[in-house]
Amino acid sequence: MKFTKTLAAAAAMGFALTGGAMADDHPVKAGFIYVGPIGDLGWTWTHDQGRLAVEAEFGDKVETSYVESVPEGADAERVMSQMARSGVDIIFTTSFGYMDPTINVAADFPDVAFEHATGYKRADNVSTYSARFYEGRYVIGEIAGAMTETNKIGYIASFPIPEVVRGINAAYLAAKSVNPDVEFKVVWVYTWFDPGKEADAANALIEQGVDVIMQHTDSPAAMTIAEEKGVYAFGQASDMSNFGPNAQLTGIIDVWGPYYIERVQAVMDGTWESTDTWDGVQEGMVGFAPFSDKLPDDVRARAEATIAALAAGELHPFTGPINKQDGSVWLADGEVADDGALAGLNFYIEGIDGELPN
Amino acid sequence: MDFSSLNPVAMIVLLIGAATPILLAAIGELVVEKSGVLNLGVEGMMIIGAVTGFIAATTFDSPMMGLLGGAVGGALVSMTFGFLTQYLLSNQVATGLALTLFGLGLAALMGSAYNGIRPPRMPRLEVEGLSDLPIVGKLLFSHDPVIYLSLALVLAVWWFLNRSRAGLVLRACGENHEAAHSLGYNVQLIRFGAIMFGGACAGLGGAYVSLVRVPQWTEGMTAGVGWIALAIVVFASWKPWRVILGAYMFGGITILQLSLQALGISISGAYLSMTPYIVTIVVLVIMSADRKRASLNAPACLGRSFHASH
Amino acid sequence: MFRLEQRPQPSKTMLYLTPVIAVLATMIVGAALFALLGIDPGSAIYLLFIDPFVDSYNLSQLFVKASPLILIAMGLSLGFRAGVWNIGAEGQFIVGAIAGGAVGLALWGTEGWWILPLMAIAAALGGGLWAMIPAVLKIKFNANEILVSLMLVYVAENFLAQMVQGVLRAPDGMGFPESRNLGRNDATSLPDVFPALGIDAGGVVMLVLLALAFFLLQKHALGFQIKLTGESSRAARFSGVKPGIIIAVCLGISGAAAGLAGLFELTGAAGKLTIDFPVGYGFTAIIVAFLGRLNPVGILLAGVVLAGTYIGGENAQFQLQLPAAAVTVFQGMMLFFLLGFEILINYRIKRLRRAV
Repeated sequence: MKFTKTLAAAAAMGFALTGGAMADDHPVKAGFIYVGPIGDLGWTWTHDQGRLAVEAEFGDKVETSYVESVPEGADAERVMSQMARSGVDIIFTTSFGYMDPTINVAADFPDVAFEHATGYKRADNVSTYSARFYEGRYVIGEIAGAMTETNKIGYIASFPIPEVVRGINAAYLAAKSVNPDVEFKVVWVYTWFDPGKEADAANALIEQGVDVIMQHTDSPAAMTIAEEKGVYAFGQASDMSNFGPNAQLTGIIDVWGPYYIERVQAVMDGTWESTDTWDGVQEGMVGFAPFSDKLPDDVRARAEATIAALAAGELHPFTGPINKQDGSVWLADGEVADDGALAGLNFYIEGIDGELPN
Repeated sequence: MDFSSLNPVAMIVLLIGAATPILLAAIGELVVEKSGVLNLGVEGMMIIGAVTGFIAATTFDSPMMGLLGGAVGGALVSMTFGFLTQYLLSNQVATGLALTLFGLGLAALMGSAYNGIRPPRMPRLEVEGLSDLPIVGKLLFSHDPVIYLSLALVLAVWWFLNRSRAGLVLRACGENHEAAHSLGYNVQLIRFGAIMFGGACAGLGGAYVSLVRVPQWTEGMTAGVGWIALAIVVFASWKPWRVILGAYMFGGITILQLSLQALGISISGAYLSMTPYIVTIVVLVIMSADRKRASLNAPACLGRSFHASH
Repeated sequence: MFRLEQRPQPSKTMLYLTPVIAVLATMIVGAALFALLGIDPGSAIYLLFIDPFVDSYNLSQLFVKASPLILIAMGLSLGFRAGVWNIGAEGQFIVGAIAGGAVGLALWGTEGWWILPLMAIAAALGGGLWAMIPAVLKIKFNANEILVSLMLVYVAENFLAQMVQGVLRAPDGMGFPESRNLGRNDATSLPDVFPALGIDAGGVVMLVLLALAFFLLQKHALGFQIKLTGESSRAARFSGVKPGIIIAVCLGISGAAAGLAGLFELTGAAGKLTIDFPVGYGFTAIIVAFLGRLNPVGILLAGVVLAGTYIGGENAQFQLQLPAAAVTVFQGMMLFFLLGFEILINYRIKRLRRAV
């Protein structure tokens, strides 16, 4: 009954969302759908931290629920539908693979707000959001370039998709800017999560003389190996200093909490509407783990300056002149890459060795 | 291509580390299969061993207690399989798969409080003087104790199966359980024991993953190693020393694939990732093609339930 | 002490009673587990066992989840009866989806009723041929089909990864490793037939094939030969059954069924090929085959019950905050009980008097 009433109200108000959640004094219900287990200490864990932040912020004015390890596809669609049917007001679907299921289910539940992470398809009741992780990678790339003594930086990469390629390019640009001799060694492991394989990759890189490791996979395996072998590494998604108290220089932290709080607040206020958010250091969606005391003062100062410049919106990592790997011009002097080009980035920039697998 | 920076000694050290969990689980499963039982639940027992080993190691602040905890955990969970298949005569394939499902879930429940903790370090066995020798020192004298243990275990299993009377009885159960029974041996009890040994080995392998190879606990961290171990047993045509060959070869291909990339050689990851499996199939075909020899090794009663009707 | 004594005839009563006992036992132990985790056991059991079969939305999802399990299990059961152990259905599922999907993608933009049937044929051929690899290696070289079919699962997974990053990648997908959405294209999406139970055209094919399998086993000479081979391969050989043919037929049928299931999943529920397309139906179906005691009707029931616990498990997660792992443990336990209590069909428990 609430369903039809809301539909009528929504039609009358000209937008398809319920603002009624607060009016009848029920707590706003927020649902989260996770692709991994919350114990992965990586991607899913950070989203769950965001959920907990929502609970902490609103107390008993909000009810949250989640389903973990939901396969992308039919199962995701069913779980979203079930959540929507159970009276959830806003659903966060936190994996790229949930894109089509989110759009499908959202069409069936016009009075529920959907928030899809890292996708590019939107609808009246579907927002998308993601973080400019490449900004974080620019910062740690700069630190890596300054800290390497062998001039070899290892990069454990998952799949050759734009998100990952963007990170490699940003990190390389930054490392090169402080250390012209730097060399990147990229290992593709073709998995987001396989601690054993990630550890092997870290070992193989260290064997090749790498003394700083970056990763774009989910588990803290590489960090534990770096700690053991006495090389440096960076936390991925969360602070991993537990696993590498000596190895971790800093880490990119996915900070979803403020965004989730803002969106839940909007539902409470009845002001929620479909948006496309791609926030970075400036908005606080990309954060950093505390700097290690291993960082010399000048490196630390430069990193802090870079973060400040990113936060002030004065620095864009992809500012020309930048050439593609084959030497052709990508960005002319002073030209800044637009978001569309970044979203579909599928080539290495000049200077990176090796071929991008396809 | 500059292959000179590819250090074979270092690669061998790495591949041994990658192969040891497989080796441990496989040598246990070999004994299980020799007794005539097919336990497809290796992955489930490994992940249980990974978590119980981790819990024991952090609780007692001792890696050795961790190894013990892993072995005990694996053995305990394998008892469900043993009881169901040996005393309730349930189908071994289905029960093994159920064990994997059960183990993955149970391990995740047990481990939820142990995320983000670093276990105590496993010391390396360094031998004064020997470990510093060029090449040989690194190859032979500077591993962690589990690697030596795993090799000793293979030797022990070989001796047990081929040289001891108890091993002969165990093999008899696998070859012809009716005959073993009529000779007065308790087939079910012997198989139950073998299953527990297999569980302990798998658990030890799991503990090696969570304590040494990737010293941490994360859900699902064994990521399919148990299945590889099953394959290695057949690949080895049920011969203990060939299990070493199989496990090290498998580890070797994994490490080579990563090392070549680290070296800057572009390879198609997906196709290369297939190679260990394809090579396993090819070797299996070559070994099986000689029907006489293959049938000598494969336990004739593998996977068949036994019930003494009199 | 107790002792098992073989019944002269399998007990009909126990045949029907044991699944009930097993489910009851699962409920009791499961309730204890949930209580231990601080979750209301009554609600959890209700969500896992009752709600999937009474709630209209849950019902509409039942066969979405159950159909692939049943279809694959049906194919596998024929082989299992003959002692042919195909445990690589997951790989055949993947290759079937790739083969059928490739046909659909190649014909992208074309309209016509014939496209889906063509894709289905390609999928069945793909899955069937993939399964013929272990069959041929078994017949020619005596290579263990358990191992070969299992290894081929990993090969298929990597092949899928290669395909969705390469030739099958959607041209307008912004570089993400996934194909176009076949479920959003009229010519390549499976029509719904009986949506109240989640039965689409693939579900109908599944039910027809299940009936055919029933007929094959009950009436047809091939079904008899399959059963005979499983019971006694020597007796089968004496009566003129060629073991090679049985191996090839069993693996071929199970591979084709798994391939079809892959295509139905692709064109129905999933929509597109991605690296994460396979979610383990091929392995779960092995369990379904045994829970159904390798009997078509039993498989239908087992598939539905297991699908119900998946659906109920998801609901229990967000309604009761039951951890996903607890649902997995619960399912594993249910399988243990179902498998364990089966003993009562063929055996009775007898109390032993203390021997003098």
